[in-house]
Amino acid sequence: MAARMLASAFVIEGKSVASFPMYGFERRGAPVVAFTRVDDKPIREKTQIYTPDCLVVIDPGLLALPTLFTGLKPGSAFILNSPKKLTAKPSENLKIGAVVNATQIAVDEIGRDIPNTCLLGAVAAATGWLKLESILDSMPDYLSGDILERNIKSAERGYREVEVIKW
Amino acid sequence: MAKAQKGQVRVITGNAVGAYGAMLCRPEVVAAYPITPQSEIAELLSQFKANGVMDAEYVEVEGENSAMNVVLAAGVAGARVFTATSSYGLVFMYDALQEASGFRVPVVMVNANRETPGIHAVSSGQQDMISARDTGWVQIIVENDQEILDQIIMAYRLAEDYDIQLPVMVNYDGFYLSYLAEAVEIPNIEDVDAFLAPLKEQPKRQTLVPGVSKGCGTHGMEMGYVEARYKHCMALERVKNKVDEIDKAFSDYFGRSYGGQLEEYRTEDADIIIIASGSAAGTVKTVIDAKREEGVKVGLVKLRMFRPFPAERIVKALKGKKAIGVIDRSLCFGWKYGPMCMELRALSPEIGPSPILSYIDGLANLDITITHIGRVIDEVSAAAQGKSYQEVTWIPMEE
Amino acid sequence: MVIKHKNIFKTESAWSNADELLLCLDTGGWRTERPVLDKEKCNYCGLCALYCPPQCMKDMGDYFEADLAYCKGCGICATECPRKAIAMVPEGEFADG
Repeated sequence: MAARMLASAFVIEGKSVASFPMYGFERRGAPVVAFTRVDDKPIREKTQIYTPDCLVVIDPGLLALPTLFTGLKPGSAFILNSPKKLTAKPSENLKIGAVVNATQIAVDEIGRDIPNTCLLGAVAAATGWLKLESILDSMPDYLSGDILERNIKSAERGYREVEVIKW
Repeated sequence: MAKAQKGQVRVITGNAVGAYGAMLCRPEVVAAYPITPQSEIAELLSQFKANGVMDAEYVEVEGENSAMNVVLAAGVAGARVFTATSSYGLVFMYDALQEASGFRVPVVMVNANRETPGIHAVSSGQQDMISARDTGWVQIIVENDQEILDQIIMAYRLAEDYDIQLPVMVNYDGFYLSYLAEAVEIPNIEDVDAFLAPLKEQPKRQTLVPGVSKGCGTHGMEMGYVEARYKHCMALERVKNKVDEIDKAFSDYFGRSYGGQLEEYRTEDADIIIIASGSAAGTVKTVIDAKREEGVKVGLVKLRMFRPFPAERIVKALKGKKAIGVIDRSLCFGWKYGPMCMELRALSPEIGPSPILSYIDGLANLDITITHIGRVIDEVSAAAQGKSYQEVTWIPMEE
Repeated sequence: MVIKHKNIFKTESAWSNADELLLCLDTGGWRTERPVLDKEKCNYCGLCALYCPPQCMKDMGDYFEADLAYCKGCGICATECPRKAIAMVPEGEFADG
């Protein structure tokens, strides 16, 4: 759902978006990767993304994956949910590295370990590709009431508290 | 007809769009059983019913065979019906599929393409549609979320047309489109009503009527059988022009056109043609634009309708082209070529002696990538210049 | 065709040795929390083993233990245990997590 909120946010800014997840089995908790393409023109390409401009990692355990950074384009950005700081540049092609303890913020603000909306705020701050307002404006399409308010706070904190390194 | 009002633009998935498309056409009976990657449709439709957004009779069924039997029976009684399935579900309703077309019931069904049984696959592929190609249904394949929605509306206009009276299957790639979130313009329901209104001015089709003794689909012996099958096949032939007419009417009213039986992309001055269908066609267009920059005169024929096979328009599009590459996202058991290629080859006498190259790719959630398509174009190009070529290539096996 | 693909299956149809090569992922890696048993409370009734969806409860003689290679952390064992002997504990708290 976070990938879809991101897609909605970009559409609010007038961009074309195509976003889809790829997973084998339909269940909560199974590994998921989501691909989002953004452009000014309509997007026709319907494949997985092999050379991303930006990588968002929600589960810090994935840092152990040897292929995690494969294909990153030169000048790309990396946003990580982690309680620890980024000590080294994890991949040659990265230009921007951003870390935020989205799990903790989510537990504080939403009461559950759902760091996704917090990370959307972090993506906006780290990449500058879209405004925080667009993300917040996209959220009522997916959430309402008290849960919406909490996720808004989570996204705002992600935007403000993400630590961005430019290499 | 006046132009339609602008609809609401929302970022939603292909499955959600499937449910919206059905809801906007005001079906009277809906029965759908959830299956990956289509479950969201069944869930949303039941939510629409629960929220009063959709007035249909929503029949809860215990499996897809029942789902198709319920809707075909409701259709025989005169109702507008809808269902949705994929893969194992489509195969499970195999007998009912044939009843639906044999009884000439205008069922509209969306099928989220997924691989068929034989090796347990929860992944995208067109094998399910291919395995049902002889069930007598109209089969249409779409490229993106907007097209899913628009095609469902056009499907009712086609299925319920008095000259046609055939069930229509709208196919879209599972995973690639079913879960794809794109900005989609959702038409206003009044405009959909207006677009489907011409159906009301046509003669009424035969239906079961309480208290009246009628039989449907009976007397399947000797000439009774032959005549019914003959009429069915002739109706399928009439579908071809009808699909193009409906696309034009849709375009006039809603402002969006898809080409009807096929979409021809940069084909007029092309030397070579790639044939593809579904979401991969979008990727092919991207590669064609890049190759055109390099001076390669290549075009795409996007096969929108698979049944009936758009023979006349395909011959017209391909005649005189120097070589053709067909990308199949499925297999034709018993032939080395992919199924769309195999069927195209039946038209070789009309198309001419140009090489036709068969490519099998994009099975089981493996992408038909930009690189693969580039390679296909290079090889078809070489074949056009008289160089030797491989007749059939299973791209994933060569990697 | 020049086939570069190296066969995954040794057999003609897709047979695999379920002890070695199950073409399913390392499902233990999916967990975000794991079941932890309080052995004092356990009376070896076996309900946890009965309800476990991947059937990964190992019979240890007088208690049951989840096989962490497969346990997906669904928590059904904890819910079903009539003695409330199983607690679901976040993975982050374990050294081998």
